Amino acid sequence: MKALCWHGSKDIRCDEIPDPRIEHPRDAIVKVTSCAICGSDLHLYDGYMPGMENGDVMGHEFMGEVVEIGSACKGTLKVGDRVVVPFTIFCGECEQCRRGNYSVCEHTNRNKKVADKMFGHSTAGLFGYTHLTGGYAGGQAEYVRVPYADKTHIKVPQNGLSDEQVLFLGDIFPTGWQAAVQCDIQPTDTVAIWGCGPVGQMTIRSTILLGARQVIAIDNVPERLAMAKAGGATTIDFENESVVERLNELTHGKGPEKCIDAVGMEAHATATLDSIYDKVKQTVMLETDRPHVLREMMYVCRPAGTLSVPGVYGGLLDKIPFGAAMNKGLTIRMGQTHVNRWTDDLLHRIQEGQIDPSFVVTHRVSLADGPGMYKTFRDKEDGCVKVVLKPGQTQAARA
Amino acid sequence: MNTEGTLAGRREETEALAHGLGWFSIALGVTELVAPHALARWLGMPGSAPVLQAYGVREIATGAGILASDDPTGWVWGRVGGDALDLATLASGLNNDNPQKENIAIALGSVLAVTLLDLACASALSSRNEQWRAARTRAQHAYGRRSGFKYPPEQMRGAARDFKIPHDMRTPELLQPLKR
Repeated sequence: MKALCWHGSKDIRCDEIPDPRIEHPRDAIVKVTSCAICGSDLHLYDGYMPGMENGDVMGHEFMGEVVEIGSACKGTLKVGDRVVVPFTIFCGECEQCRRGNYSVCEHTNRNKKVADKMFGHSTAGLFGYTHLTGGYAGGQAEYVRVPYADKTHIKVPQNGLSDEQVLFLGDIFPTGWQAAVQCDIQPTDTVAIWGCGPVGQMTIRSTILLGARQVIAIDNVPERLAMAKAGGATTIDFENESVVERLNELTHGKGPEKCIDAVGMEAHATATLDSIYDKVKQTVMLETDRPHVLREMMYVCRPAGTLSVPGVYGGLLDKIPFGAAMNKGLTIRMGQTHVNRWTDDLLHRIQEGQIDPSFVVTHRVSLADGPGMYKTFRDKEDGCVKVVLKPGQTQAARA
Repeated sequence: MNTEGTLAGRREETEALAHGLGWFSIALGVTELVAPHALARWLGMPGSAPVLQAYGVREIATGAGILASDDPTGWVWGRVGGDALDLATLASGLNNDNPQKENIAIALGSVLAVTLLDLACASALSSRNEQWRAARTRAQHAYGRRSGFKYPPEQMRGAARDFKIPHDMRTPELLQPLKR
């Protein structure tokens, strides 16, 4: 089968590799009908996340048709089922899963010892996201083996909803939703969201749906800001105005109650001292992440406010104004998304027509065109916001 | 037609060329910096060693700029400017008193060839940026209508207030807004 494989920093190739097969009774094989490039895939593409190996299959946002199941999946899955696969693999049985904390499942990371060393304690296994999280083959492929498939799936209706309407239930939609839910939004709240990429866009819609009085979106890419505005946000272009000054202006000098970091470890701040400092330290490998957004959020957030961090961080961060966070009594909530905790509700909202997450798709290409699209997406060229890959397709199209 | 693939191919070639020029710049710069006297002798311009060293620093800075930058266009145009300076400096050594006149001619030919490459690369990068700007403007217009909602955002505000925030994600009562 064909799959997008990692061969080093900025080197993704569409390779021919062996088809996956059932390895465990809880496995299923899914024929991928649609998959997407996620913003967090770019951290692997750019070589900032440790733990990738030559030939690893990329991708953790995908859906398709169940074509084979292991014996333990009978009763929960059947051949022909249409499923979206959550990026977090979970067992459904451990203490964390029973609490709904699926992204920190205690059983699914088969490289637990490595993760224990890196993070103190292991988190869940993830698809296509380094050997620190299990080294599972990802979904930017024609077929995928889904481990713990009896739990790790979201069944979607066979008809009535297109792939693109439900595909993002596997990652960016619940990620944006959890980011907003973690803020426990009140009708009087101003929510500031850093980053208008795909997760940022979903976060904007989620905060509007959850009833925030004012939503402010921060980025420097004009078309992404236009999309944010269309979703109901007031926008700040950090290229042209001071984020801190503008946020204070929009909140009568008090700062936003809730701040959401939908950027993560590769912040591109323009000409700020700390961003230059981060870039230099990251280049000489003295720092793994560029945490400009975290610093700005801690500084500008209203005392007793909440910071929510769906943006992915990988390792060691420098010059974090923890004094500001501590003295202002900020609450910080973060983590990978507990996808299945939210998907029943979100699928219902899509079916009701409350939201159609396909609004974010700007590029549709074949798997073979995937490697080039990584660069297009990374460099935000050609108005690229979200790329959907169609493994069965040969023709490229722009939305 | 898969225009995306074709454009991506051309873009990668241009960026690979820029990358190559970046490394070439650093290699030439290091040579000028560490062996200025030998170079000056070879050119028959013995007094020009300090100038060659300064040019070496310029080459290294330009090369590093090309390699480190997300958009190397400005740095490659900088190389074109540097080429003009190199050509002018070399031309000043092209006189009958110089016993190494032939070496100067070789150097001039080489710099001229590199200048053409620099020019081609800088022009391709500039035209790519133009295309990006145009695509960005088009996208800005198109995405301004993509709300993803059934009704305008103002009408959708609070549509999910029926959602029960899980206990572990609720804001403690003391930190919630005051009820008036």
